[in-house]
Amino acid sequence: MGLLSDPNRRRALINLLTRLNAPICVVCYMAGVAWFMGLAFEPFTLRTYMSENAMGSTMVEERFPSGERAVATGREFAAHKKKVSGMPVEWLVKTMQARGLEVYTQRFSRTLPFPDENKERYMVKGTNVYGILRAPRAPRTEALVLSAPCTPGDNNNQAVGLLLGLAQYFRNQIYWAKDIIFLVNDHDLIGMQAWLEGYHHTNTTGMDWSPLQGRGGSIQAALSLELSSDVVTSMDLVLEGLNGQLPNLDLANLFYAFCQKIGVLCTIQGKLQRNDWDSVSGYSHAVQTMMLMVMKQASGRPWGDHGLFLRYHIEAATIKGINSFRQYKTDATTIGRLLEGMYRKLNNLLERLHQSYFFYLMPSLSHFVSIGYYMPAFGLLAVILLPGVLSVLTPLVISHLTGAALYMLPIRFQEMAVEHFPVSETEAVVLTAIAVYTAGLALPHNTHRLLSGEGTEQGWRVLKLVALLYLAVLLGCTALINFSLGFILALTLVPAAAFVTPHVPKVLSAFVLVILSPACTLLFSVFFFQELQEMPVSFLDGWLLYLSVISQGILDHFLYGSLVYPLIALLVYPCWLLFWNILFWK
Amino acid sequence: MSKYAAAQKQAEPAVLQPTPQPKDDFQEELVVRPLHSGDIYASFQFRTLWETDFMRGNKVSHYRLFPKSLGQVISKFSVRELHISFTQGYWRTMQWGQPYLPSPPGAELWVWFQDSVTDVDATWKELTNVLSGIFCASLNFIDSTNTVQPSASFKPLGIGNVTDHRFLRYATLPREIVCTENLTPWKKLLPCGSKAGLAVLLKSEKLFHSSFHSQAVHIRPVCQDWQCKTTSWELRQTLNVVFDLHNSGQGKREWSLFKMFSRTLTEACPLASSSKIYIDITDNPEQFELSPATSLLSQAMVLGDRRTFSVYDLTQQDTFGSVRSLNLLIRWKSTEGDMLRPLLHAERYVAGYGLQTGEIHTLMYNHHPYRSFPVLLLDSVPWYLRLYIHTLTVTSKGKDNKPSYIHYQPSKDRVRPHLLEMLVQLPPNSVTEVTVQFERALLKWTEYTPDPNHGFYVGSSVISSLVPSTVAMDTNSTRERPLFSSFFPCKEESSYFVRVYTEPLLVNLPTPDFSMPYNVICLTCTVVAVGYGSLYNLLTRSFQIEEPSPGLAKRIANVIRKMRGVPPL
Repeated sequence: MGLLSDPNRRRALINLLTRLNAPICVVCYMAGVAWFMGLAFEPFTLRTYMSENAMGSTMVEERFPSGERAVATGREFAAHKKKVSGMPVEWLVKTMQARGLEVYTQRFSRTLPFPDENKERYMVKGTNVYGILRAPRAPRTEALVLSAPCTPGDNNNQAVGLLLGLAQYFRNQIYWAKDIIFLVNDHDLIGMQAWLEGYHHTNTTGMDWSPLQGRGGSIQAALSLELSSDVVTSMDLVLEGLNGQLPNLDLANLFYAFCQKIGVLCTIQGKLQRNDWDSVSGYSHAVQTMMLMVMKQASGRPWGDHGLFLRYHIEAATIKGINSFRQYKTDATTIGRLLEGMYRKLNNLLERLHQSYFFYLMPSLSHFVSIGYYMPAFGLLAVILLPGVLSVLTPLVISHLTGAALYMLPIRFQEMAVEHFPVSETEAVVLTAIAVYTAGLALPHNTHRLLSGEGTEQGWRVLKLVALLYLAVLLGCTALINFSLGFILALTLVPAAAFVTPHVPKVLSAFVLVILSPACTLLFSVFFFQELQEMPVSFLDGWLLYLSVISQGILDHFLYGSLVYPLIALLVYPCWLLFWNILFWK
Repeated sequence: MSKYAAAQKQAEPAVLQPTPQPKDDFQEELVVRPLHSGDIYASFQFRTLWETDFMRGNKVSHYRLFPKSLGQVISKFSVRELHISFTQGYWRTMQWGQPYLPSPPGAELWVWFQDSVTDVDATWKELTNVLSGIFCASLNFIDSTNTVQPSASFKPLGIGNVTDHRFLRYATLPREIVCTENLTPWKKLLPCGSKAGLAVLLKSEKLFHSSFHSQAVHIRPVCQDWQCKTTSWELRQTLNVVFDLHNSGQGKREWSLFKMFSRTLTEACPLASSSKIYIDITDNPEQFELSPATSLLSQAMVLGDRRTFSVYDLTQQDTFGSVRSLNLLIRWKSTEGDMLRPLLHAERYVAGYGLQTGEIHTLMYNHHPYRSFPVLLLDSVPWYLRLYIHTLTVTSKGKDNKPSYIHYQPSKDRVRPHLLEMLVQLPPNSVTEVTVQFERALLKWTEYTPDPNHGFYVGSSVISSLVPSTVAMDTNSTRERPLFSSFFPCKEESSYFVRVYTEPLLVNLPTPDFSMPYNVICLTCTVVAVGYGSLYNLLTRSFQIEEPSPGLAKRIANVIRKMRGVPPL
């Protein structure tokens, strides 16, 4: 501090900082990226460990015997599903009742804001069926949920079969201390949303549902099961939920512990764990796994039916059975035993899962990066904005109005667009969004018309100050809630923010700025994601995928209340427009 | 030792005199009812009647059948009525119908004191601590924060005409766990203990291997005869248990005393004047098989329903047959399937998400096709859920249903809970929904329980229908009626008294993370705040070199130097 209180030395320091501003910024940016890439390096990460004592040392035995029967039930379910071409409600009710559950149904309906072409649905009507296994001598205060979606086609029949098999087996056990709810949800996420809203009697998305008749108290944890083949080679764990929320890490630990115990191959992001972390391929494998998680989390979508539970403070994950060409196969009995073990441990919980981390990234199922390790990477990027603040107001409102237009117009004007142009509703929404987005680029000229007189040197400096502060706060908050999204946005927006002044070459800078805009970030992300999944696409396919991603993003917002679309439209995009304004300052 | 000897001596003259007619009487009874869901319900009742007077300074020192520990409690604390129940599990009305004696999960205690008691709160406090010792339960956790004085829901069930609710105290402990340690002291109160009679069946390894377990003690003054010239004290000990009988794929149910309790009966309690087993065979008499068979049948009005029972009298030797042991075997066809539609049914849940606010929904179902009836709803909510009483709504069939009586006592932080009592008319065949919003309070950090993330309990709401406005209790000891049918007042057969308890609620409060990361965050924030503050201070303040003002001596010296014309120091 003595250094700073001496005015002469202070001046020298400030001069040094000002002179070295650009190199320092570059170094910080590189360091931030390098730090982030280092997170996937195994010696820098922590091994996962069970934090919750109630699930740790207690031994449970898995005895589920009837996997074969469960698979047969799955076939029966498939037959009934085909017969009624949809959810076989009556059959499910009867079957669950025969297994000694208290069975209830819930009807729901929802008209989407515009037709969803990916899943081919617009006016959705369905019925959820759930059966409650009442724990003996328990006062209905706590419950666990096991759900399986009823998906059209041949998918997921085995999951429903196994769910019913487990219900039958669980019913005859005496050790349950929490009610167990077996839920078969119709229309995957929409049904799940309806059920959760009905259970908690909230209505966040304007869905119509019939009230639930039976409840089991506060839900402590939930697992969603996806299983489409009689045997599987590995089980995949999906954690990413709505708005990038993650369940408590102990749930992942529990899954991993039981996979190890029972001898089931387990994956995360579909990637097996490798032992050769010191080789280049081993490291790039870990990076790939972690980047997949970052991309999925940043998307803010629920990547499985579990994703919607997280809003209600219910720890949840989806378990997917994957059947590949590997030799080693696991049968339904083993998967049943895996679930049995997990449920018995969850049943032992005295408190909600809270001991372990809620903010983490996973480069493999056995290793994790906690918030304390990944935040410095973000901090190094964000620090670049601070000297910018030290060195440097007006079209804020207009930028935000454009943002608001981007948020509202696509849905409002879809009908008009469909009338005037030969496009479907989905395309209309997406194209309107892109049109509004592009129209925003013409703003600087219009902004200046509203401003009196010439823009001064002082003017753009103040604007830049505000824009930088805005961006810093925005990215900081985003990264706290959803690190992945914050990091990806920082990666592109921070350089744009750092270099832009009215005095740089106009054409080249404008090109770079467009490349670094949120929409292009999304485009690159789509390609990158395909690359990570080892399914590269051509540019045209990528473009179509890009359009569908936008429509899915908008749908997620209106259906489940995902916040990514409003975040981008109302905050990130206007912020980027401010920098665009600075570039064309006159 | 000396005390014991003295008691012996005092008792001796009584023994030497020609034995008078004993003024006390003991009856025991077991009702077995196969339930609609296929489960089996066993309800024990033990009644001790004693014509004595604990009050008015009357020192009662000689006890025969009545347990001395409870007698002393009655006289010391001037208790007029005492009802205590310990329940593990929740009674499933939709599957099982109404129980003979309802009770909420956990522990429930309600006591009417004599009007001679001056400081009711202090007496109540002392009483709960004493009962805590007698029943080996955590009743000592009952304090002012969970005690209420209901104005209408809990009327005295015995004789007496004081209904001033100043003398009533009601408390529940929804988290209380009931186990063997509570059963043993309860059994010790019986005249025969668990050595003879029906109590032989009460083995904890079987009783706690069930779907529902509830044990209770009720003490009240009752009339001794039709004219009600003399009063007696009645002690009823009840134990209800439901055994799970789930084995799918079998239409025929089979159950025996041995299977239920891992014991058979060989004798009645020798001190009992009556000892009977009732088997409810109403639902489908032709599909029932009982062995050994009995010709004794009895009919009774239970909960508004005429039921038929097969009766086994254990005081008759031939009941036990040639093997001198009774192992009742019951076989019946079950009609499992749809759920029941009991006339009155209620449920409750917490709506909303997040840790700031929430909403309590109470649903009351009237399944009667054409009759509406009034119910009294009692809600006692702990202070840390701050009820927004202006958001209270009562709706039936989509329309506002205005309660004809509301008694609301707001909570005081850390002192007393909210009390809400309402008289609501339930329209026929309808669901009435009562909602009220609440805010979750932030507790002081020492007020959290050791497992704060488990959540905090809110006790069951109590729904009593047919409010007993007068003490219209049929307190005559009508010997013909089975005990289980004669507890709640019932003047006319068209209506009967039902009390329904909803499930308790488990609510999460905003809980700090009581772990290392929490400390780390606090510490880091402090360091950052201090560091940032000083750094910001340094960066924004402009520093100038200022000449220090000269001292007094120097100034004087300078004046002198000035006068001399020399340059100052």
